[in-house]
Amino acid sequence: MGETITRAQLSEAIYQEVGLSRNESADLLELVLGEITQALLRGETVKISSFGSFSVRQKGQRIGRNPKTGDEVPILPRKVLVFRPSQLLKARIRQGHKIAPAAPTGSNNP
Amino acid sequence: MTKSELIAHIASRNPHLYQRDVERIVTSIFDEISKALGRGDRVELRGFGAFSVKHRDSRVGRNPRTGASVSVAEKAVPYFKTGKQLRDMLNV
Repeated sequence: MGETITRAQLSEAIYQEVGLSRNESADLLELVLGEITQALLRGETVKISSFGSFSVRQKGQRIGRNPKTGDEVPILPRKVLVFRPSQLLKARIRQGHKIAPAAPTGSNNP
Repeated sequence: MTKSELIAHIASRNPHLYQRDVERIVTSIFDEISKALGRGDRVELRGFGAFSVKHRDSRVGRNPRTGASVSVAEKAVPYFKTGKQLRDMLNV
């Protein structure tokens, strides 16, 4: 727990799962991320069942403040990417969270 | 675009791969991310974004219909922060 997973571990998972070389596995991961990125740039929503959905939201202009100087600065209209986790992913994380800190009481959890 | 469309698209552009292999690849990527988050790990994909788990303390919420207070237990929620490169690409 508390570790950071990167491309290396994800392509290793692909390598273990399918009989591709490590290089090809890394390329495939890049390809998947690239396809998702392209769809988002076209303005499409990307829905990955049992994981979540990525969509692009248009934000309007608003007045912000420089927190250091207090100056008012306009925040220009922009696009932001939002990720909405699926119920399944949320449940999975809530589950993992419960097991971690409450270890002393959990005799029924392997 | 759905997961199956993503798989079909990648398979059509990579004729040397079987569609069912592409399916296993895509599935294993998201499975691996889910597993990591379930363990409380963070997943960082430079340029794309990072998935992490945020802890929400227990709080007193209200039933919006009746106004009655209810206690909401502490929980952990998944969070995604868009990578700098992708954020910039959305706004060119």
